[in-house]
Formats: sequence, C-alpha cells, structure tokens
Amino acid sequence: MPTNVPTSPPVLAVANLEVVYDDVVLVLRGLSLEVPAGAVVALLGANGAGKTTLLRAVTGLLIAHRGRIVKGSVTLDGTDVTGADPARVVRGGVAQVMEGRRVFAEMTVEENLRAGAHSRPRAEYRESLTRVLDLFPALASRRRSTAGYLSGGEQQMLAIGRALMASPRLLLLDEPSLGLAPRLVEQVRDIVERINQQGTSVLLVEQNAVMALSIAHHGYVLEVGKVVRDGPAADLLVDEDIREFYLGSTEGGRRSFAQVKSYRRKKRWSA
Amino acid sequence: MNALLTNVFAGLALGSTYALVALGFVVIFKSTGVINFAQGGLLALGAYLGYTFAGDLALAFGVAVVLACLAAAVAGASVERLVLRRMVGQPPFAVIMITIGLLFVIEPLITAIWGFHTLNVPNPWNIRTVEIGGLVLGVRDLWTIGLTAVVVVGFFLFFRYTAFGLAMRATAFDPEAALAQGISARRVYAVSWAIAAALAALAGITLAAGPGGLSPSISFIALAAFPAMILGGLDSPSGAVLGGLIIGLAEALTRGYQDQLFSWAGSNVSVIVPYVLMIVILLIRPYGLLGTKDVRRI
Repeated sequence: MPTNVPTSPPVLAVANLEVVYDDVVLVLRGLSLEVPAGAVVALLGANGAGKTTLLRAVTGLLIAHRGRIVKGSVTLDGTDVTGADPARVVRGGVAQVMEGRRVFAEMTVEENLRAGAHSRPRAEYRESLTRVLDLFPALASRRRSTAGYLSGGEQQMLAIGRALMASPRLLLLDEPSLGLAPRLVEQVRDIVERINQQGTSVLLVEQNAVMALSIAHHGYVLEVGKVVRDGPAADLLVDEDIREFYLGSTEGGRRSFAQVKSYRRKKRWSA
Repeated sequence: MNALLTNVFAGLALGSTYALVALGFVVIFKSTGVINFAQGGLLALGAYLGYTFAGDLALAFGVAVVLACLAAAVAGASVERLVLRRMVGQPPFAVIMITIGLLFVIEPLITAIWGFHTLNVPNPWNIRTVEIGGLVLGVRDLWTIGLTAVVVVGFFLFFRYTAFGLAMRATAFDPEAALAQGISARRVYAVSWAIAAALAALAGITLAAGPGGLSPSISFIALAAFPAMILGGLDSPSGAVLGGLIIGLAEALTRGYQDQLFSWAGSNVSVIVPYVLMIVILLIRPYGLLGTKDVRRI
C-alpha cells in the first residue's frame, strides 16, 4: 500500500524479492519497495531484518556472499537488472556506500576517489573530483594522505565521496551514521540532504531512525525480510509504534524493560 | 676483487630471473589469494614458444620475445578463464591443488610437442661477453638485468598510475568494496594471470638463451623463485624483487666460493641456499621482509 503515486517511473523498484543465502537461509521474503526519482527513502529495521541484503540484491553483491535472488525483480528506471553483475549496476547509475565504510585503507584519498570513478569515462574525472571535494572540504586538504590514517568521520566522508565519483542517479547508503559522534551524524545528515538537492535519489538504511526520517520523504519498516509498515516519513515520525520501537520514547514517560518486552510479545506487525 | 664482482654480477642476473617469476607469484596471490604452483609450467611454455618463434619461424629474437610473452599472457588468461574462474569463492586449498594439477598437465604437454632433448634458442647473446673495466660480463646477463629493471619499473608505474592498475590494487585490498565501485573482478583475475604468465615467459626466454639451452627441466627455476617470493613477503611486489635479488646473490656467491668455503658441504650446496635463507628469514620475520603482518598464509 504505497501511499505516494510517482509521476515518473521510480529510480528503483523492487518487487516481491526473495533472497536465499547458501541455498538454505531465506532472508528476504517477498519484499517490495520503490524509490521515486529525486526522493530520499529511509529503510528502517532491526539487525537481521534484511536491510543490507536488500542493498546487496540491488547492486549484485550477493554473489560475494553466496546469496541468490530466487524470486521477484529489481528494476532501475524501468530496466530489469535482477541478478545483474555489479559492474553493470554501477554503470546503470547506482552507487553504494557499504556498511563499515570499507575505504581502501592502503591507498591515498585521491586514489580511493579514482577507484570510485572506475565506471566513468576518464574525461569526467576532473569535474567529478571538483564536485566531490567541494562537498567534502576536509578531504581536499588530505588528498595525498593514506586513507587508513583518516578519522572515522573522515573515512565515512571518503566512502560517500568515493560513491559519488560514479555520478550515480541513485545512492544507496548503508548505516552511514554508524559509530559516529552526534555532531558527525548531523554532518552526514546535511550531506545526504545536499546530495539529494543536487538531484540524486537516496535510499538510506539506518538504525538511527530520527536522523533518517528527518530527511526522508518516505520510509519503510522491515521485519524478518518483509515490509511491515511504510508511509510518508512525517507520518512515521509521529507514529506511536515507530516511536516505541525505534525512537525509544513513549507518551507515558519511562517504562520498565519488562513491560516493553511483554508489549512487544503481544504486538508484532508481521504477526 | 674481480672474482667477487663477477660473482655479484652473476647473482644479480640470476636474481633478476627469480624476481620476474616471484613478481608473477605475487600478482596472482594479491588479486586472487592463491599461490599459483603452475607458474613454472607457464615459464617453460613461454620459453618453448620463444624457441618456436625464434627458431622454427626464424623471427628476429626481439620480436620472438615479445610474441612469446604475449602468447604466454593469452595462455595464462585462458587458464584462468577456463579453469580457475569456476573456483572463485571455493576454499583456497582446492584452488591450490588445481594449480599443482595444472603444472603436471602443462609439463607433459610441452614434452609431447617439443620433446625431451635440449634445444638451442637462436639468440644474439649466446655466450658473448663484454669487458668493462677489467670485468668480463656476459651479454645475456646484462640484458636480463636490464630487461628486468625495465619491466619492474613499468610494473610499478602500471599499478600506481593507470586506472586498471588501481582497480587491481583495489580488488586485492577488498574484493567486495572493489565490486561495489563497478570494478569487474573477473577481468582483474584474468589480467593478473596474463601479467604473471608474461613475466614468467620473459624469465624463461632469458634463461633459455643462456649456455644451458632449453630443456623441460627449465620449469624447476620457479621452485627456486618460490623462496624469493616467500622471503620477500607473499603480498609485496617490492618484496618479490628484493627477495629475488637476495636469493640470486646468495646462490651465486655460494657457488663462487664453494671450493674455498663450503667444500665440506659437497659440490651442490648452492642449490639449497635459497631454501636455507628462506627458513632463516621466516624464523625472524614470519611474514617475510616486506609482507603485511596479517596476511593469510597457507
């Protein structure tokens, strides 16, 4: 029951996706979602809900984890890319910032950015580099430093910058605020907002629901491989259940953990 | 003094050959995590192809060398494409056993085509020598050192400055993150094998152009280059070059002074020196001279 009716075809449409790891473990069970052109979409869910698996299924990285799409489809701008190899997906305009940054620590900042531009013609490189360094002035001053010696925040910026070097139309962000100080989380938030204003659609996977919902247009909640809730971000932000589960606040003040547990046992969306 | 310099020079020439082979080992290990035991087979194949181009087809030696390297590169990439690509993601042990199997397939193939007897590769170097400042140097040794230097410099420039070299380094460091940048791992693997095979072929031809001529046992040289790679550090290209030169020098110097210093050890002690050196260095630095500490070892 997606509430918004997109005027142009969505950048990303995932329909009834089922993913299996090692031929046994069913991680996504008929997941569907859409990222409309120009939107920021937040994807919330507990650990193990299948958020990262969804991103892998979109970008073709499942092969690196012995995973496989067994059902459903992934479409980019109306083109079917279900099970396509990663190089093709990146060329199709999707860039991913993986969880845990995964910068090439042995290389310099600039070499990392060059690697990010791998899928693009060489002629574009200068322009993209200027654009990215403009967005991340901290990286500009450390172009020649080894990426492994950057701080965690700078490495996250580098990971995002590296993904932007591919000039994506859709940026997939996997927990960009993980392990960052509150001020840096705010910085990441502002950057995602700016990237979106420059015309890139964003699919934001986050545990930090307040941050994610505050910039998203639309939000999806995942539980054991399925979408259990979705709606405009503003609605989700005031939703009592979401507040209970993801924001940790309730109307009636503090509650004991025992009560929270019993409440959860009684009420599951997917039940 | 002159005797010492002559020995050092011979050591550098031998070490250059080891360095080329060891570089090939490192390229494949870095990008795919596999030690390619078939390297010696590729070396022999390259040398015999060189013989065919220079001898049977009577091409100019320089042309024959280039063609043999290219042909070996194609052979290496084909081996990767046909056999090893299916093994991506499988346990390293199985993949390593496959490379050992490949070695035993390539060797009989070579003897079936070219026979067992020693062949002479027509070449402009032969046993010619030049005299520089009272020192008698083999022309072939000079060329081996020179060519290796050029190739090694080209190798490092390739990895530092070209887009594909960078992609290969990225894949070596974090294959999944490299995939996420749109870097094709398959192409990286194929090119690694091509580069390793071309390096081996060059080493093979420079060896075959020497006084010993060309026989199937030429592939054993890769076994001596093996300690060079381990000693330098499995994942370090500069370590491979350094290791190659050290092993080459050690072997040549032992051979040179065998009668004076090592007569008690028998006449062939120089052959085991590379391995003794490898054991000693690994005891002190288990990850090799320039290797990364946490490198996976098998």
